[in-house]
Amino acid sequence: MSRLALLACQIGVAIVGLALWQVFATVEIFGKVLLPPFFFSTPLDVAAQVVKWFSTGTIWKHLIITLWESILAFVIGSTLGVLVGFWFARQPLIAAIFDPYVKMVNALPRVVLAPIFALWLGLGIWSKVALGVTLVFFIVFFNVYQGVKEVSTTVLDNGRMLGMNDRQLMRHVYWPSALSWMFSSLHTSVGFAVVGAVVGEYLGAAAGLGYLIQQAEGIFDVAGVFAGMFVLSVFVLIIDYGVTLVERRLLVWRPVASEGRG
Amino acid sequence: MTTAEPAAIALEDATVAFRLADSRVYTAVEKANLTVANGEFVAIVGPTGCGKSTLLNVAAGLLKPAAGHVRIFGEHLSGLNRDAGYLFQADALFPWKTAIDNVAIGLDISGAPRENARARAQAFLTSVGLGAFGNRYPHMLSGGQRKRVGLAQVLIRDPKILLMDEPFGPLDAQTRQIMGNLLLELWSADRKAVLFVTHDLEEAIALADRVVIMSAGPSARIIGDWKVPLKRPRDISEVRMEKEFHELHREIWSVLKDEVMKGYAQTSQIAEAV
Repeated sequence: MSRLALLACQIGVAIVGLALWQVFATVEIFGKVLLPPFFFSTPLDVAAQVVKWFSTGTIWKHLIITLWESILAFVIGSTLGVLVGFWFARQPLIAAIFDPYVKMVNALPRVVLAPIFALWLGLGIWSKVALGVTLVFFIVFFNVYQGVKEVSTTVLDNGRMLGMNDRQLMRHVYWPSALSWMFSSLHTSVGFAVVGAVVGEYLGAAAGLGYLIQQAEGIFDVAGVFAGMFVLSVFVLIIDYGVTLVERRLLVWRPVASEGRG
Repeated sequence: MTTAEPAAIALEDATVAFRLADSRVYTAVEKANLTVANGEFVAIVGPTGCGKSTLLNVAAGLLKPAAGHVRIFGEHLSGLNRDAGYLFQADALFPWKTAIDNVAIGLDISGAPRENARARAQAFLTSVGLGAFGNRYPHMLSGGQRKRVGLAQVLIRDPKILLMDEPFGPLDAQTRQIMGNLLLELWSADRKAVLFVTHDLEEAIALADRVVIMSAGPSARIIGDWKVPLKRPRDISEVRMEKEFHELHREIWSVLKDEVMKGYAQTSQIAEAV
Protein backbone atom coordinates (compact mmCIF):
# COMPACT_ATOMS: atom_id res chain seq x y z
CA MET A 1 0.00 0.00 0.00
CA SER A 2 1.33 3.40 -0.89
CA ARG A 3 2.00 5.91 1.88
CA LEU A 4 -0.79 8.15 0.72
CA ALA A 5 -3.35 5.35 0.69
CA LEU A 6 -2.19 4.26 4.12
CA LEU A 7 -2.57 7.77 5.48
CA ALA A 8 -6.03 8.02 3.91
CA CYS A 9 -7.06 4.77 5.64
CA GLN A 10 -5.68 5.97 8.97
CA ILE A 11 -7.61 9.22 8.73
CA GLY A 12 -10.66 7.23 7.58
CA VAL A 13 -10.61 5.21 10.81
CA ALA A 14 -10.60 8.41 12.86
CA ILE A 15 -13.45 9.94 10.87
CA VAL A 16 -15.63 6.82 11.10
CA GLY A 17 -14.93 6.46 14.82
CA LEU A 18 -15.72 10.08 15.59
CA ALA A 19 -18.81 10.06 13.38
CA LEU A 20 -20.21 7.00 15.15
CA TRP A 21 -19.51 8.61 18.51
CA GLN A 22 -21.25 11.84 17.44
CA VAL A 23 -24.27 9.94 16.08
CA PHE A 24 -24.71 7.63 19.07
CA ALA A 25 -24.39 10.55 21.45
CA THR A 26 -26.91 12.84 19.76
CA VAL A 27 -29.39 10.78 17.73
CA GLU A 28 -32.02 8.69 19.45
CA ILE A 29 -32.02 5.08 18.31
CA PHE A 30 -35.17 3.12 19.23
CA GLY A 31 -36.12 5.98 21.52
CA LYS A 32 -32.85 5.96 23.43
CA VAL A 33 -29.49 7.73 23.17
CA LEU A 34 -26.88 4.98 23.38
CA LEU A 35 -24.09 7.27 24.64
CA PRO A 36 -25.65 9.88 26.91
CA PRO A 37 -23.63 13.10 26.43
CA PHE A 38 -23.47 13.59 30.20
CA PHE A 39 -21.24 10.53 30.49
CA PHE A 40 -19.69 10.38 27.03
CA SER A 41 -19.76 13.97 25.78
CA THR A 42 -19.58 14.42 21.99
CA PRO A 43 -16.63 14.86 19.64
CA LEU A 44 -17.81 18.38 18.78
CA ASP A 45 -17.92 19.44 22.43
CA VAL A 46 -14.48 17.95 23.01
CA ALA A 47 -13.12 19.75 19.95
CA ALA A 48 -14.70 22.99 21.12
CA GLN A 49 -13.01 22.58 24.50
CA VAL A 50 -9.60 21.93 22.90
CA VAL A 51 -9.99 24.95 20.63
CA LYS A 52 -11.00 27.10 23.59
CA TRP A 53 -7.94 26.02 25.58
CA PHE A 54 -5.62 26.92 22.77
CA SER A 55 -7.42 30.11 21.70
CA THR A 56 -7.45 31.50 25.23
CA GLY A 57 -3.94 30.16 25.81
CA THR A 58 -4.73 28.57 29.19
CA ILE A 59 -3.39 25.20 28.03
CA TRP A 60 0.19 26.38 27.51
CA LYS A 61 0.94 26.82 31.18
CA HIS A 62 -0.18 23.23 31.88
CA LEU A 63 1.62 21.79 28.89
CA ILE A 64 4.87 23.50 29.81
CA ILE A 65 4.65 22.29 33.42
CA THR A 66 4.05 18.69 32.31
CA LEU A 67 6.82 18.90 29.72
CA TRP A 68 9.23 20.31 32.26
CA GLU A 69 8.40 17.60 34.81
CA SER A 70 8.84 14.90 32.15
CA ILE A 71 12.20 16.27 31.06
CA LEU A 72 13.50 16.51 34.63
CA ALA A 73 12.24 13.01 35.45
CA PHE A 74 13.85 11.62 32.32
CA VAL A 75 17.21 13.35 32.80
CA ILE A 76 17.53 12.56 36.52
CA GLY A 77 16.20 9.00 36.17
CA SER A 78 18.49 8.21 33.22
CA THR A 79 21.57 9.68 34.87
CA LEU A 80 20.98 7.67 38.03
CA GLY A 81 20.15 4.56 35.98
CA VAL A 82 23.35 4.82 33.95
CA LEU A 83 25.54 5.42 37.00
CA VAL A 84 24.05 2.68 39.17
CA GLY A 85 23.79 0.26 36.23
CA PHE A 86 27.47 0.75 35.47
CA TRP A 87 28.45 0.44 39.11
CA PHE A 88 26.48 -2.77 39.67
CA ALA A 89 27.70 -4.38 36.46
CA ARG A 90 31.34 -3.68 37.33
CA GLN A 91 30.95 -4.74 41.00
CA PRO A 92 29.15 -8.10 41.04
CA LEU A 93 29.31 -8.26 44.85
CA ILE A 94 27.41 -4.97 45.23
CA ALA A 95 24.89 -6.18 42.65
CA ALA A 96 24.41 -9.46 44.55
CA ILE A 97 23.88 -7.68 47.87
CA PHE A 98 21.33 -5.22 46.50
CA ASP A 99 19.61 -7.69 44.18
CA PRO A 100 16.60 -8.54 46.43
CA TYR A 101 15.98 -4.86 47.22
CA VAL A 102 16.17 -3.81 43.60
CA LYS A 103 13.65 -6.52 42.73
CA MET A 104 11.43 -5.51 45.63
CA VAL A 105 11.28 -1.83 44.74
CA ASN A 106 10.81 -2.62 41.07
CA ALA A 107 7.91 -4.95 41.89
CA LEU A 108 6.14 -2.16 43.76
CA PRO A 109 3.42 -0.37 41.73
CA ARG A 110 4.91 3.12 41.62
CA VAL A 111 1.52 4.85 42.00
CA VAL A 112 1.49 4.02 45.70
CA LEU A 113 4.60 6.12 46.13
CA ALA A 114 2.83 9.24 44.88
CA PRO A 115 1.23 10.17 48.26
CA ILE A 116 4.60 9.72 49.99
CA PHE A 117 6.33 11.96 47.49
CA ALA A 118 3.53 14.53 47.84
CA LEU A 119 4.10 14.48 51.60
CA TRP A 120 7.84 14.75 51.34
CA LEU A 121 8.20 17.11 48.41
CA GLY A 122 4.93 19.06 48.48
CA LEU A 123 2.43 19.62 45.69
CA GLY A 124 4.87 21.39 43.36
CA ILE A 125 6.67 19.82 40.43
CA TRP A 126 9.24 17.87 42.44
CA SER A 127 6.85 15.24 43.76
CA LYS A 128 5.88 14.50 40.13
CA VAL A 129 9.50 14.46 39.04
CA ALA A 130 10.28 11.98 41.81
CA LEU A 131 7.50 9.67 40.68
CA GLY A 132 8.77 9.84 37.09
CA VAL A 133 12.33 9.19 38.25
CA THR A 134 11.33 5.95 40.00
CA LEU A 135 9.79 4.77 36.73
CA VAL A 136 12.57 5.88 34.37
CA PHE A 137 15.40 4.79 36.66
CA PHE A 138 14.57 1.08 36.60
CA ILE A 139 14.20 0.86 32.84
CA VAL A 140 17.49 2.61 32.20
CA PHE A 141 19.21 0.81 35.07
CA PHE A 142 18.26 -2.68 33.85
CA ASN A 143 19.24 -1.86 30.28
CA VAL A 144 22.61 -0.37 31.15
CA TYR A 145 23.34 -3.23 33.55
CA GLN A 146 22.57 -5.70 30.80
CA GLY A 147 24.55 -3.69 28.27
CA VAL A 148 27.71 -3.66 30.36
CA LYS A 149 27.36 -7.33 31.36
CA GLU A 150 26.82 -8.53 27.80
CA VAL A 151 29.71 -6.82 26.10
CA SER A 152 31.08 -9.45 23.73
CA THR A 153 34.18 -11.06 25.24
CA THR A 154 35.79 -11.10 21.81
CA VAL A 155 35.37 -7.33 21.44
CA LEU A 156 36.77 -6.89 24.97
CA ASP A 157 39.75 -9.14 24.26
CA ASN A 158 40.30 -7.28 21.02
CA GLY A 159 40.35 -3.98 22.89
CA ARG A 160 42.87 -5.32 25.35
CA MET A 161 45.08 -6.79 22.62
CA LEU A 162 45.00 -3.44 20.84
CA GLY A 163 46.53 -1.96 23.96
CA MET A 164 43.59 -0.40 25.79
CA ASN A 165 43.93 0.16 29.51
CA ASP A 166 40.96 -0.07 31.88
CA ARG A 167 39.97 3.54 31.38
CA GLN A 168 40.11 3.22 27.61
CA LEU A 169 38.11 -0.02 27.71
CA MET A 170 35.52 1.90 29.68
CA ARG A 171 35.37 4.69 27.15
CA HIS A 172 35.60 2.72 23.91
CA VAL A 173 33.87 -0.54 24.81
CA TYR A 174 31.71 -0.55 27.96
CA TRP A 175 30.33 2.96 27.60
CA PRO A 176 29.12 2.75 23.96
CA SER A 177 27.67 -0.69 24.61
CA ALA A 178 25.77 0.47 27.69
CA LEU A 179 24.56 3.62 25.91
CA SER A 180 23.28 1.63 22.98
CA TRP A 181 21.14 -0.40 25.35
CA MET A 182 19.94 2.74 27.05
CA PHE A 183 18.98 4.36 23.76
CA SER A 184 17.19 1.24 22.64
CA SER A 185 14.83 1.73 25.58
CA LEU A 186 14.49 5.46 24.96
CA HIS A 187 10.88 5.27 23.79
CA THR A 188 9.83 3.34 26.86
CA SER A 189 11.69 5.50 29.34
CA VAL A 190 10.54 8.81 27.83
CA GLY A 191 6.99 7.46 27.82
CA PHE A 192 7.30 6.54 31.50
CA ALA A 193 8.65 9.98 32.36
CA VAL A 194 5.42 11.46 30.97
CA VAL A 195 3.31 8.84 32.77
CA GLY A 196 5.02 9.69 36.07
CA ALA A 197 4.39 13.40 35.59
CA VAL A 198 0.73 13.06 34.61
CA VAL A 199 -0.17 10.49 37.27
CA GLY A 200 1.53 12.63 39.88
CA GLU A 201 -0.43 15.68 38.75
CA TYR A 202 -3.63 13.70 38.74
CA LEU A 203 -3.14 12.68 42.35
CA GLY A 204 -2.43 16.17 43.64
CA ALA A 205 -1.13 19.29 41.94
CA ALA A 206 -1.87 22.88 41.06
CA ALA A 207 -1.02 22.73 37.36
CA GLY A 208 -0.28 20.33 34.49
CA LEU A 209 -2.24 18.14 32.12
CA GLY A 210 -3.02 15.59 34.82
CA TYR A 211 -4.35 18.37 37.02
CA LEU A 212 -6.51 19.63 34.15
CA ILE A 213 -8.05 16.20 33.64
CA GLN A 214 -8.58 15.72 37.36
CA GLN A 215 -10.27 19.15 37.69
CA ALA A 216 -12.61 18.44 34.78
CA GLU A 217 -13.49 15.08 36.29
CA GLY A 218 -14.26 16.72 39.63
CA ILE A 219 -17.05 18.82 38.09
CA PHE A 220 -18.36 16.04 35.81
CA ASP A 221 -17.05 17.88 32.77
CA VAL A 222 -16.61 14.82 30.56
CA ALA A 223 -15.75 16.94 27.53
CA GLY A 224 -12.90 18.42 29.55
CA VAL A 225 -11.61 14.96 30.50
CA PHE A 226 -11.59 13.80 26.89
CA ALA A 227 -10.06 17.07 25.70
CA GLY A 228 -7.29 16.63 28.26
CA MET A 229 -6.71 13.07 27.09
CA PHE A 230 -6.59 14.20 23.49
CA VAL A 231 -4.04 16.94 24.17
CA LEU A 232 -2.01 14.47 26.24
CA SER A 233 -1.86 11.87 23.45
CA VAL A 234 -0.82 14.46 20.84
CA PHE A 235 1.81 15.69 23.31
CA VAL A 236 3.18 12.14 23.73
CA LEU A 237 3.14 11.53 19.97
CA ILE A 238 5.21 14.67 19.34
CA ILE A 239 7.73 13.72 22.05
CA ASP A 240 7.92 10.19 20.66
CA TYR A 241 8.64 11.56 17.20
CA GLY A 242 11.43 13.67 18.67
CA VAL A 243 12.90 10.56 20.31
CA THR A 244 12.82 8.76 16.96
CA LEU A 245 14.81 11.59 15.38
CA VAL A 246 17.40 11.52 18.18
CA GLU A 247 17.63 7.74 17.95
CA ARG A 248 18.21 7.81 14.20
CA ARG A 249 21.17 10.09 14.70
CA LEU A 250 22.70 8.22 17.63
CA LEU A 251 22.24 4.63 16.57
CA VAL A 252 23.29 4.75 12.92
CA TRP A 253 25.85 2.07 13.60
CA ARG A 254 23.31 -0.52 14.59
CA PRO A 255 21.80 -2.97 12.12
CA VAL A 256 18.06 -2.53 11.72
CA ALA A 257 17.35 -6.17 12.57
CA SER A 258 18.46 -5.82 16.19
CA GLU A 259 16.21 -2.87 16.93
CA GLY A 260 13.52 -3.09 19.55
CA ARG A 261 15.52 -4.32 22.49
CA GLY A 262 14.13 -3.39 25.86
CA MET B 1 68.68 -16.33 10.66
CA THR B 2 71.22 -17.20 13.33
CA THR B 3 70.44 -19.63 16.11
CA ALA B 4 71.47 -17.03 18.67
CA GLU B 5 68.44 -14.88 17.92
CA PRO B 6 65.66 -15.70 20.40
CA ALA B 7 62.45 -17.10 18.93
CA ALA B 8 59.53 -14.70 18.56
CA ILE B 9 57.31 -17.16 20.39
CA ALA B 10 58.52 -20.07 22.46
CA LEU B 11 56.15 -22.28 24.40
CA GLU B 12 58.04 -24.53 26.79
CA ASP B 13 56.11 -27.47 28.23
CA ALA B 14 53.03 -25.25 28.33
CA THR B 15 50.07 -26.96 29.96
CA VAL B 16 46.66 -25.33 30.00
CA ALA B 17 43.97 -26.51 32.38
CA PHE B 18 40.52 -25.24 33.23
CA ARG B 19 38.58 -25.83 36.38
CA LEU B 20 35.16 -27.18 35.50
CA ALA B 21 31.95 -26.29 37.30
CA ASP B 22 32.03 -29.57 39.29
CA SER B 23 35.59 -28.68 40.44
CA ARG B 24 37.22 -31.32 38.25
CA VAL B 25 40.14 -30.12 36.21
CA TYR B 26 40.04 -30.31 32.43
CA THR B 27 43.44 -30.33 30.79
CA ALA B 28 43.07 -28.76 27.38
CA VAL B 29 46.66 -28.76 26.24
CA GLU B 30 49.46 -30.83 27.75
CA LYS B 31 53.15 -29.96 27.63
CA ALA B 32 53.15 -28.16 24.35
CA ASN B 33 56.54 -27.19 22.96
CA LEU B 34 56.47 -24.83 20.05
CA THR B 35 58.75 -22.15 18.69
CA VAL B 36 58.07 -19.58 16.04
CA ALA B 37 61.20 -17.88 14.76
CA ASN B 38 61.20 -14.21 13.92
CA GLY B 39 59.77 -13.79 10.41
CA GLU B 40 58.41 -17.32 10.31
CA PHE B 41 54.87 -18.25 9.33
CA VAL B 42 53.68 -21.24 11.37
CA ALA B 43 50.27 -22.84 11.01
CA ILE B 44 48.69 -25.03 13.69
CA VAL B 45 46.24 -27.64 12.41
CA GLY B 46 44.20 -30.00 14.49
CA PRO B 47 40.78 -31.55 14.89
CA THR B 48 37.97 -29.40 16.25
CA GLY B 49 38.13 -28.82 19.97
CA CYS B 50 41.78 -29.80 20.29
CA GLY B 51 42.84 -26.58 21.97
CA LYS B 52 44.43 -24.77 19.04
CA SER B 53 42.79 -21.49 20.03
CA THR B 54 43.78 -22.13 23.64
CA LEU B 55 47.41 -22.26 22.59
CA LEU B 56 46.99 -18.99 20.71
CA ASN B 57 45.42 -17.34 23.75
CA VAL B 58 48.40 -18.47 25.80
CA ALA B 59 50.79 -16.89 23.30
CA ALA B 60 48.67 -13.71 23.45
CA GLY B 61 48.81 -13.64 27.24
CA LEU B 62 45.02 -13.78 27.48
CA LEU B 63 45.38 -17.17 29.21
CA LYS B 64 48.00 -18.17 31.73
CA PRO B 65 49.41 -21.65 31.36
CA ALA B 66 48.94 -23.87 34.43
CA ALA B 67 52.50 -25.07 34.00
CA GLY B 68 55.41 -24.31 31.72
CA HIS B 69 56.67 -21.07 30.24
CA VAL B 70 55.93 -18.69 27.44
CA ARG B 71 58.81 -16.64 26.11
CA ILE B 72 58.39 -13.78 23.68
CA PHE B 73 61.68 -12.80 22.07
CA GLY B 74 63.39 -14.55 24.94
CA GLU B 75 61.49 -12.65 27.63
CA HIS B 76 59.23 -14.50 30.03
CA LEU B 77 55.63 -13.46 29.29
CA SER B 78 53.54 -12.25 32.19
CA GLY B 79 50.35 -10.38 31.45
CA LEU B 80 49.35 -9.47 27.94
CA ASN B 81 51.67 -9.94 25.02
CA ARG B 82 52.32 -6.34 23.94
CA ASP B 83 54.27 -7.40 20.85
CA ALA B 84 51.36 -9.32 19.38
CA GLY B 85 48.42 -8.40 17.20
CA TYR B 86 45.49 -10.79 17.40
CA LEU B 87 43.00 -11.44 14.64
CA PHE B 88 40.04 -13.20 16.21
CA GLN B 89 37.81 -15.87 14.74
CA ALA B 90 34.58 -14.14 15.74
CA ASP B 91 33.69 -10.57 14.82
CA ALA B 92 35.80 -8.38 17.03
CA LEU B 93 35.34 -4.96 15.43
CA PHE B 94 33.75 -2.25 17.54
CA PRO B 95 30.25 -2.10 16.06
CA TRP B 96 29.74 1.54 17.12
CA LYS B 97 32.79 2.78 15.24
CA THR B 98 33.09 3.30 11.50
CA ALA B 99 35.62 1.21 9.57
CA ILE B 100 38.20 3.99 9.61
CA ASP B 101 37.74 4.65 13.33
CA ASN B 102 38.04 0.92 13.97
CA VAL B 103 41.38 0.89 12.17
CA ALA B 104 42.59 4.13 13.77
CA ILE B 105 41.72 3.07 17.34
CA GLY B 106 45.04 1.30 17.92
CA LEU B 107 46.84 4.58 17.23
CA ASP B 108 44.26 6.76 19.00
CA ILE B 109 44.68 4.99 22.31
CA SER B 110 48.44 5.21 22.16
CA GLY B 111 48.06 8.98 22.01
CA ALA B 112 48.79 9.61 18.32
CA PRO B 113 47.41 12.92 16.98
CA ARG B 114 43.95 12.38 15.55
CA GLU B 115 44.64 13.67 12.03
CA ASN B 116 47.76 11.59 11.77
CA ALA B 117 45.95 8.46 12.97
CA ARG B 118 43.13 9.00 10.47
CA ALA B 119 45.53 9.46 7.58
CA ARG B 120 47.41 6.26 8.41
CA ALA B 121 44.16 4.39 8.94
CA GLN B 122 43.04 5.51 5.49
CA ALA B 123 46.29 4.20 4.03
CA PHE B 124 45.82 0.83 5.75
CA LEU B 125 42.20 0.60 4.64
CA THR B 126 43.37 1.23 1.08
CA SER B 127 46.02 -1.48 1.43
CA VAL B 128 43.33 -4.04 2.28
CA GLY B 129 41.22 -2.80 -0.62
CA LEU B 130 38.62 -0.87 1.37
CA GLY B 131 39.79 2.70 0.75
CA ALA B 132 36.28 3.84 -0.19
CA PHE B 133 34.54 2.15 2.75
CA GLY B 134 35.97 4.16 5.63
CA ASN B 135 32.69 5.68 6.79
CA ARG B 136 30.74 2.42 6.81
CA TYR B 137 29.81 0.77 10.07
CA PRO B 138 30.74 -2.92 10.51
CA HIS B 139 27.17 -4.13 10.00
CA MET B 140 27.14 -2.49 6.57
CA LEU B 141 30.15 -4.57 5.45
CA SER B 142 30.24 -8.17 4.26
CA GLY B 143 31.99 -10.88 6.29
CA GLY B 144 35.08 -10.70 4.08
CA GLN B 145 35.20 -6.90 4.29
CA ARG B 146 34.96 -7.05 8.07
CA LYS B 147 37.94 -9.43 8.14
CA ARG B 148 39.87 -6.95 5.99
CA VAL B 149 39.08 -4.15 8.42
CA GLY B 150 40.14 -6.45 11.26
CA LEU B 151 43.43 -7.15 9.50
CA ALA B 152 44.07 -3.43 9.00
CA GLN B 153 43.11 -2.77 12.63
CA VAL B 154 45.76 -5.23 13.81
CA LEU B 155 48.47 -4.34 11.30
CA ILE B 156 48.34 -0.56 11.84
CA ARG B 157 49.98 -1.04 15.25
CA ASP B 158 52.84 -2.79 13.48
CA PRO B 159 53.04 -5.74 15.90
CA LYS B 160 56.12 -7.92 15.72
CA ILE B 161 53.96 -11.03 16.07
CA LEU B 162 50.68 -11.82 14.38
CA LEU B 163 48.31 -14.31 16.02
CA MET B 164 45.44 -15.50 13.86
CA ASP B 165 42.61 -17.72 15.05
CA GLU B 166 40.89 -19.28 12.05
CA PRO B 167 40.46 -15.76 10.75
CA PHE B 168 38.96 -16.82 7.44
CA GLY B 169 36.89 -19.66 8.89
CA PRO B 170 33.43 -18.18 8.33
CA LEU B 171 34.14 -16.97 4.79
CA ASP B 172 33.20 -18.70 1.55
CA ALA B 173 35.87 -20.56 -0.44
CA GLN B 174 36.63 -17.83 -2.99
CA THR B 175 36.83 -15.10 -0.38
CA ARG B 176 39.17 -17.26 1.69
CA GLN B 177 41.59 -17.59 -1.22
CA ILE B 178 41.50 -13.86 -1.87
CA MET B 179 42.06 -13.14 1.83
CA GLY B 180 44.88 -15.70 1.95
CA ASN B 181 46.66 -14.01 -0.95
CA LEU B 182 46.10 -10.58 0.62
CA LEU B 183 47.56 -11.84 3.88
CA LEU B 184 50.66 -13.25 2.16
CA GLU B 185 51.12 -10.03 0.19
CA LEU B 186 50.95 -7.86 3.32
CA TRP B 187 53.08 -10.28 5.30
CA SER B 188 55.83 -10.45 2.68
CA ALA B 189 56.39 -6.70 3.03
CA ASP B 190 57.93 -6.99 6.49
CA ARG B 191 57.75 -10.67 7.48
CA LYS B 192 56.35 -10.67 10.96
CA ALA B 193 56.29 -13.88 12.97
CA VAL B 194 52.88 -15.45 12.39
CA LEU B 195 51.06 -18.12 14.36
CA PHE B 196 48.05 -19.11 12.31
CA VAL B 197 45.42 -21.52 13.63
CA THR B 198 43.18 -23.34 11.19
CA HIS B 199 41.33 -26.61 10.80
CA ASP B 200 41.95 -26.54 7.05
CA LEU B 201 45.13 -28.46 6.18
CA GLU B 202 45.23 -27.14 2.61
CA GLU B 203 45.04 -23.56 3.80
CA ALA B 204 47.81 -24.26 6.30
CA ILE B 205 50.20 -25.73 3.71
CA ALA B 206 49.45 -23.01 1.17
CA LEU B 207 50.19 -20.20 3.61
CA ALA B 208 52.82 -21.39 6.06
CA ASP B 209 56.55 -22.12 6.29
CA ARG B 210 55.87 -24.81 8.87
CA VAL B 211 52.78 -26.84 9.69
CA VAL B 212 52.28 -28.12 13.23
CA ILE B 213 49.72 -30.84 13.98
CA MET B 214 47.94 -31.21 17.29
CA SER B 215 46.31 -34.35 18.62
CA ALA B 216 42.67 -34.58 19.56
CA GLY B 217 41.79 -33.18 23.01
CA PRO B 218 41.57 -33.40 25.95
CA SER B 219 45.23 -33.19 26.93
CA ALA B 220 46.07 -32.31 23.35
CA ARG B 221 49.72 -32.49 22.40
CA ILE B 222 51.76 -31.40 19.46
CA ILE B 223 52.36 -34.55 17.46
CA GLY B 224 53.98 -33.41 14.25
CA ASP B 225 55.96 -30.63 12.67
CA TRP B 226 56.57 -30.31 8.93
CA LYS B 227 58.52 -27.80 6.90
CA VAL B 228 56.70 -26.62 3.79
CA PRO B 229 59.13 -26.81 0.84
CA LEU B 230 57.10 -24.54 -1.44
CA LYS B 231 58.77 -21.42 -2.86
CA ARG B 232 57.64 -17.87 -2.17
CA PRO B 233 56.01 -15.69 -3.33
CA ARG B 234 53.07 -18.05 -3.61
CA ASP B 235 49.63 -17.81 -5.09
CA ILE B 236 47.22 -19.71 -2.90
CA SER B 237 45.17 -21.15 -5.72
CA GLU B 238 48.14 -22.06 -7.95
CA VAL B 239 50.30 -23.55 -5.23
CA ARG B 240 47.67 -26.24 -4.72
CA MET B 241 48.47 -27.68 -8.14
CA GLU B 242 52.11 -28.39 -7.33
CA LYS B 243 53.49 -31.88 -6.76
CA GLU B 244 55.21 -31.03 -3.47
CA PHE B 245 51.94 -29.68 -2.16
CA HIS B 246 50.20 -33.00 -2.79
CA GLU B 247 53.01 -35.09 -1.33
CA LEU B 248 53.13 -33.04 1.84
CA HIS B 249 49.37 -33.01 2.08
CA ARG B 250 49.22 -36.81 1.81
CA GLU B 251 51.98 -37.22 4.40
CA ILE B 252 50.43 -34.88 6.96
CA TRP B 253 46.90 -36.10 6.33
CA SER B 254 47.90 -39.71 7.14
CA VAL B 255 48.76 -38.49 10.66
CA LEU B 256 45.98 -35.97 11.00
CA LYS B 257 43.26 -38.37 9.84
CA ASP B 258 43.56 -40.62 12.91
CA GLU B 259 43.35 -37.61 15.21
CA VAL B 260 40.31 -36.26 13.43
CA MET B 261 38.64 -39.67 13.87
CA LYS B 262 39.59 -39.71 17.54
CA GLY B 263 38.26 -36.21 17.89
CA TYR B 264 34.93 -37.23 16.40
CA ALA B 265 34.75 -40.34 18.59
CA GLN B 266 35.37 -38.29 21.74
CA THR B 267 32.86 -35.66 20.79
CA SER B 268 30.18 -38.28 20.25
CA GLN B 269 31.12 -40.02 23.52
CA ILE B 270 30.68 -36.76 25.37
CA ALA B 271 27.38 -36.25 23.61
CA GLU B 272 26.27 -39.71 24.75
CA ALA B 273 27.43 -39.14 28.32
CA VAL B 274 25.45 -35.92 28.46
